[in-house]
Amino acid sequence: MDAATAILLTIVTAATPLLLAALGELVTERSGVLNLGVEGMMVMGAVAGFGAGLLSGNPYLGILAAILAGMAMALLFGFLTLTLVTNQVATGLSLTLLGLGLSGLLGESFVGEPGVRLPKWLGIDILIPVSFILVAAVSYVLFRTKIGLVIRAVGDSHASAHALGYRVILVRYACVLFGGACSGLAGGYLSLAYTPQWVENMTAGRGWIALALVVFSSWLPWRVVVGAYLFGAVYILAYTVQTFALGIPSQLLLSLPYIATILALVLISASQRLTRSNAPACLGQPFVPDR
Amino acid sequence: MTDNGGKNHLLEALHIVKTFGSLRANDDVSLFVRPSEIHALLGENGAGKSTLVKIIYGALQPTAGELRWHGAPVTIASPAAARKLGIGMVFQHFSLFEALSVAENIALALPGAFDIAALSQKISRISKEYGLPLEPSAIVGDLSVGERQRIEIIRCLLQEPKLLIMDEPTAVLTPQEADQLFLVLERLAKEGCSILYISHRLEEVKRLCQSATILRQGKVVACVDPRQETAASLARLMVGGDIHVVRAKAKSQSGKPRLVLDKVALKQDGPFGVSLRDISLAVAGGEVVAIAGVAGNGQSELFDAISGEKLLAREEALVIDGKPCGRRGITERRKMGAAFVPEERLGHGAVPAFRLSENVILTRYASDKNLTKSGTIGRDAALGVSERVIKSFDVRKGKPDPEARALSGGNLQKFVVGRELDRNPAVLIVNQPTWGVDAGAAATIRQALVDLARGGAAVLVISQDLDEIFEIADRIAVISRGQLSEAYPASDLTAEKIGLLMAGEHEVKEERHAARA
Repeated sequence: MDAATAILLTIVTAATPLLLAALGELVTERSGVLNLGVEGMMVMGAVAGFGAGLLSGNPYLGILAAILAGMAMALLFGFLTLTLVTNQVATGLSLTLLGLGLSGLLGESFVGEPGVRLPKWLGIDILIPVSFILVAAVSYVLFRTKIGLVIRAVGDSHASAHALGYRVILVRYACVLFGGACSGLAGGYLSLAYTPQWVENMTAGRGWIALALVVFSSWLPWRVVVGAYLFGAVYILAYTVQTFALGIPSQLLLSLPYIATILALVLISASQRLTRSNAPACLGQPFVPDR
Repeated sequence: MTDNGGKNHLLEALHIVKTFGSLRANDDVSLFVRPSEIHALLGENGAGKSTLVKIIYGALQPTAGELRWHGAPVTIASPAAARKLGIGMVFQHFSLFEALSVAENIALALPGAFDIAALSQKISRISKEYGLPLEPSAIVGDLSVGERQRIEIIRCLLQEPKLLIMDEPTAVLTPQEADQLFLVLERLAKEGCSILYISHRLEEVKRLCQSATILRQGKVVACVDPRQETAASLARLMVGGDIHVVRAKAKSQSGKPRLVLDKVALKQDGPFGVSLRDISLAVAGGEVVAIAGVAGNGQSELFDAISGEKLLAREEALVIDGKPCGRRGITERRKMGAAFVPEERLGHGAVPAFRLSENVILTRYASDKNLTKSGTIGRDAALGVSERVIKSFDVRKGKPDPEARALSGGNLQKFVVGRELDRNPAVLIVNQPTWGVDAGAAATIRQALVDLARGGAAVLVISQDLDEIFEIADRIAVISRGQLSEAYPASDLTAEKIGLLMAGEHEVKEERHAARA
């Protein structure tokens, strides 16, 4: 394996959790729900995946547990925002806080334990091809099938969708759960493949970057790939430059991905064409059906 | 004329009751629709028409009562169930998805699989067959109101309905578009599709419908053949008293011009806007001048130019009471005595989530000293104004100082117009004063506009409703493709003449003049 391939592979590895989480959130947002709890769902996925893998010795069971943990968090979010109609922004933020705290508590005994590692497949993590299959599938479903059309319709005008007889809340639950599953999977990838161990708060803000990526992609699945790999590259750049000891403070280098996020969002909002075209019109708006 | 055995009816709604809390929106309402007839459902806003059709369309469940379809009792649990039976509905506020294409919008209403290419062909075929031009791949957000309605109609037609419910379909259409719609509806009825036609435009109902059920305050007050009635007798049934006819006009004395537009020009804003070209007009104190025209010919641009939402290039292009103010903002113009009522009452004319008294402050904080004192809001003064407006315009509301969005369209429009009239402005510009407003409220608003003018103010009304224009205007100008015709005395004009001007006749004439010169 030459150096270029090695670097590319590290970039891909760093980008995959971002890609998975952003893809899930993209589907959630396409249905009109803003779930700011990606970070919380991810970190719960990481701890559950690590724990299940450690206790059973089977990394695939770990991945399953990670997905289920993300979905459990998403279900809680869905129940609060869709059934009880709480504010989506505040609920999403508390979901993140809850996930960070709860995962720290659950993972206390896992700290320092050597975890199990997800086996590689032809030298790459199996979740990397899976992430691409997911992107293709989401893109196909969203734009080529009736289910996807209904999801976009619900996100564009829940009142109209309701008037046509679609079950807005049900569609949104499904999309929120899909988002949770993807975030959980992204977390599981971190603790079972990226760095197979458990460290408290190991998602380190990736959930937030995933959220920004959705806006960056202007809600189009294939653009999420571009965004995720760009950010993966920035991550790797930050770590690589550190090793050269150029006298740049490491804190500054490590904050590069976040600075890049802000820059990307500023550039995107400067172009009305990019932001307006695909943003779901009902994003973040609660829906209460008629009496 | 009403029930005759039930066998001949396509749809029967028997003794329908629907309550919302303490409000009885429908109180023992019965409705009978025969096959192939166009049946009108008449009533003022809030009479319970929408509630009844929502029940028929399965969007609401009745508290009591029964629906029968072809004589057999049915429960319509959802809109999907209604569509399965063969009931289609075109909503007043379209249930369309702006970000999606025409074909995608229609696909959403159809059960089962999803083949955009085949569906697009089907749409093109139907749209040609019925004379409803529509491009399947167009994005709905880019389409005009009339085109959006066509989507809804074609969406219903694709399901080959037995009963088509139309909720105030012409409220948003130009006279020409409405005529075209009537042809489609008549043809559908001939082909065996019954139509339940909700409206409060009486002339339309007389022309189109074979029978009419009239609702008032949730109850059926009559079931008549509208062709045998006069507009006045229908109106009496609807309102429960005589409709106030705008008072015969006193001959307006020619006052001094209080609003003068001098060669107003404004470049179009965005790909769907209209550029204003060379618009000149003078409105004298004491007169009502109306601007007629088909929607989308520059009316909203002209309103923005006069109200100050868009500033003009030259200060002299707009003169209010002798003072040039083309470069001054809205607040400045209000301080000079001008008042503005935009077309869209909710969102533009009033903040939906604000109470009425707070909405009073929004347009009057600068011009009315009592409403704000050194930066703080005078709540009592605002409440006082709001109560005065509510009283003099008979604004009906649920609680003392409701949020603007809690009011029905007609009541909010009365409030928004009343709020400006209460200032006793020197110059008033109104865009579509009675759009979607019931007959009673419309009469109140029109009378108030005429009264204001007779009191010495200059009133400029932009409207698409020709009946309204002839009822109140002293002079009429026509806007077409961003250009304004000369303002002719109303008595010199007929609807036909205005139609020609709408089609841009004056432009042709002017071009000929130019060619000769």
